[in-house]
Amino acid sequence: MRDASVAEPAAVHAQQATEPPRLPTPTRAIGRILRYVLADVMRNRWILGYALFFLVATDLLVRLGGTGPRALASLLNLVLALVPLVTVVFGTIYWHGAREFTELLLTQPVERSTLFHGLFAGLVVPLVGAFALGVSIPLIAHRALGADTMGTLGLLLLVGALLTAIFGALAVLIGGLVDDRLKGLGIALGAWLTCTVAFDGVLLWLAVSFRDYPIEGPLLALSFANPVDLARILMLLRLDLATMMGVTGAVFTRMLGSATGMAIALAAMAMWTLVPGWLALRTFRRRDF
Amino acid sequence: MITAHDIHKAFASRPILRGVNLAVPRGEVTAIIGPNAAGKTTFNKMVLGLVRPDAGDLRMNGQRIDGSAAYRAQIGYMPQAARFPENLRAADIIALLTDLRGGAPERDDELIDTLSLAPVLQTPMRVLSGGTRQRINAALAFLFRPELLILDEPTAALDPVSSSTLKDKIRSARAQGTTFLITSHVLSELEELADRVIFLLDGGIRFAGRPNDLMQEAGETSLERAAARLMRDAGRTAS
Repeated sequence: MRDASVAEPAAVHAQQATEPPRLPTPTRAIGRILRYVLADVMRNRWILGYALFFLVATDLLVRLGGTGPRALASLLNLVLALVPLVTVVFGTIYWHGAREFTELLLTQPVERSTLFHGLFAGLVVPLVGAFALGVSIPLIAHRALGADTMGTLGLLLLVGALLTAIFGALAVLIGGLVDDRLKGLGIALGAWLTCTVAFDGVLLWLAVSFRDYPIEGPLLALSFANPVDLARILMLLRLDLATMMGVTGAVFTRMLGSATGMAIALAAMAMWTLVPGWLALRTFRRRDF
Repeated sequence: MITAHDIHKAFASRPILRGVNLAVPRGEVTAIIGPNAAGKTTFNKMVLGLVRPDAGDLRMNGQRIDGSAAYRAQIGYMPQAARFPENLRAADIIALLTDLRGGAPERDDELIDTLSLAPVLQTPMRVLSGGTRQRINAALAFLFRPELLILDEPTAALDPVSSSTLKDKIRSARAQGTTFLITSHVLSELEELADRVIFLLDGGIRFAGRPNDLMQEAGETSLERAAARLMRDAGRTAS
């Protein structure tokens, strides 16, 4: 109980009003939110299972196929399918599940953009960490990392991190736009299917249907519309397998050459993170809770 | 402390608040009552900045509530129910909120003691009952000695002992100058606590004044019966 001698309540509040609390800077507040969200998410079974899956899968691939381009291409296919799927599904569930906690934090003196960045980092950082540890530990444990493989692993981790950020941003955007959790999950799975299965099928159909026409330019432009395709191209250019796999990979190599193609694909992936991320932030700042 | 002028709000084209004008005086307990979907929680959330009015002017201490966040350092909020991250403990939540408020040199831990929360502070939220979580909510709302406390159905999920403890705390904080904005369906308890009643009906204010005046106007002897009478007169079923 407070001191009973406080006889003039108005005076107490007047004093409080003249001495406003020193609120943390946005960066510090984001760090604080991230710290506690991480403490929660790191104990999540999904994250532990995700790390364990990559650990076992990478270990098996290294045991069975070594670290040659074909084994790494197999690992790449796993990354291209699984990272977007787990991120977009977990992200949508996470964003919906955090709704009431988000409301509680928004009743504190915290700007919406600060909270958004803290929650978004709390989604992406554990997923990237689980993926990176799962893939790296077996390669390090088997002493499978030569100078060249090290570079490829670095790029694979970068591509995985970018895919996590991209599909994390898409999940957060879906979570912000769709209140119904099941509907949100449906849209999330639809986005994943579109990027991993349907899109390449459409490109292949276009390439076959219009094979008598000069469609390399349009195909190249279309490949920017799919971040999973961009990630695939990026890694296949590095592995020098681009001409063997995928329509857009072949077009990229022929039209842009490896170094330029990789730089452009990386920049396009960065844009794929920023645009949905910005739209999600805009939605978060404007919506009613 | 809070002034609202001509506040309008609609959700999916369904009007919730239609030109609401009201004032919440400093140092008093103001209760907002009304049937379900009358806009009580919506108004509370507007004061907190969680919901934005479509039109109108809403101010706290003369400062327009327009999306900035710093004014919320003076507000404590107890929602109807809150889910916390399941792997965090109440101690983590307290530490996080303390950090976000820039520290708490004069924390009010009274409810942590009187609601017997000390033994569960280190327990993960996922294993706590709904009632315990709501007691934590109550303690969090009072923790930073806010000027304004917004309590949304504060006793709905509490056992009688905790409910009584919370009401005692509301009385003592009010006596020390804290302003309260409370919504509740348990009108008998509002009768004990409220200095003023605002009766929202069909998006507008049907009554604003002292509880006794409302009972007098309705010709009833309790707040509950008076509210029911006004709702019946307006052709609404009681909530």
